[in-house]
Amino acid sequence: MDQIAVHQDSATSTDWPVAIYRTLKSFGVAQVSYVPDAGHSKLIKLSHADADIKTTVLTTEEEGVALSAGAWLGGDRAVLLMQSSGVGNCVNMLSLMASCRFPLLTLVTMRGEWAEFNPWQIPMGRATPQAFEIMGTTVLRLENPDDAEEVISAAASLAYDGDQQVAVLISQRMIGRKKWTRETH
Amino acid sequence: MSAPTGTLDRRVAVKALLADRGELLVISGLGSSSYDLFDAGEHPGNFYLWGAMGGAAMVGLGLALAQPKRPVLVITGDGEQLMGIGSLLTIATKQPGNLSIAVLDNGHFGETGMQLSHSGLGAKLEVIADGAGIRNVSDIADMAGIERFRASLQDLGGGPRLARIRIASGEVERALPPRDGTYLKNRFRGHLGLAVK
Repeated sequence: MDQIAVHQDSATSTDWPVAIYRTLKSFGVAQVSYVPDAGHSKLIKLSHADADIKTTVLTTEEEGVALSAGAWLGGDRAVLLMQSSGVGNCVNMLSLMASCRFPLLTLVTMRGEWAEFNPWQIPMGRATPQAFEIMGTTVLRLENPDDAEEVISAAASLAYDGDQQVAVLISQRMIGRKKWTRETH
Repeated sequence: MSAPTGTLDRRVAVKALLADRGELLVISGLGSSSYDLFDAGEHPGNFYLWGAMGGAAMVGLGLALAQPKRPVLVITGDGEQLMGIGSLLTIATKQPGNLSIAVLDNGHFGETGMQLSHSGLGAKLEVIADGAGIRNVSDIADMAGIERFRASLQDLGGGPRLARIRIASGEVERALPPRDGTYLKNRFRGHLGLAVK
């Protein structure tokens, strides 16, 4: 019961996915691609419901890196949504962004760092910041729901105006524990 | 299984695809496909990949979605497309009418010592593309097929298309396009009238 309460509290204390969505809109983001994650589900729904955003589901995360490059070539700003488990899949494709100085903005929901019940999520979660950093991607952290607008805005400026590759890691604490954890004890 | 018995000359085929290209924007996959595109004639609407293996079709998708009024062609090899095979499923979900993919299929990894590829070992890229939901799929073995595909590229409502083009596996001389990615990016955006920093 307590764990369910924690999840609901963190989901409703502030509507941070809406804050992220509004910030992306203010930067004129026209393409969103994603490999789904529960933590991104609200943002994915908002994106699909927005006729001005072309929203693309991917089979693997590196597709979204290449998609973001093509979008920029054609004049669109793109955002890639994934969970930390998918970051390793992107490593070589990040060469494309670095070699051409393509902007990349990716928002990564973290697993394996806060009350993680699945040990298989932990190694990639732990390696996520380094996996980006070895390829020259700047890593920013979003730890507090109230900071969503400020952090996403800073990341978007760095990416679209500064031609950088930027990952925002969204703390697992913000997303809350998986509801069904209790039932599997 | 034996390698596909293609006879088309890759340079001749690519040059024919780009004849009267009009508004066509072109992305080429790393290796020989980029050399073929460059050999057919430099153009600011060409973007040559020198890496990013498996990513050519997805770069094409991002571009096609951003520029729905321009025809977009991805020219790549069987090995490059095989590494990004899932991208065919992703492209099919968006059904971009202006996107076409030409896979130059010699059944081998040509840049790395001519090892047989999965295509050379029996995989049928055009059947995979059809199963993925790519609307318009063809298997081209002669110049008449190339000409039909070329003419279809300008139809913005007929895609996504994928043509498996059976090319000969012989070596051709390298023709090296510019390798500076930032230059290629800015040149391409400038061609579209977009801001270049």
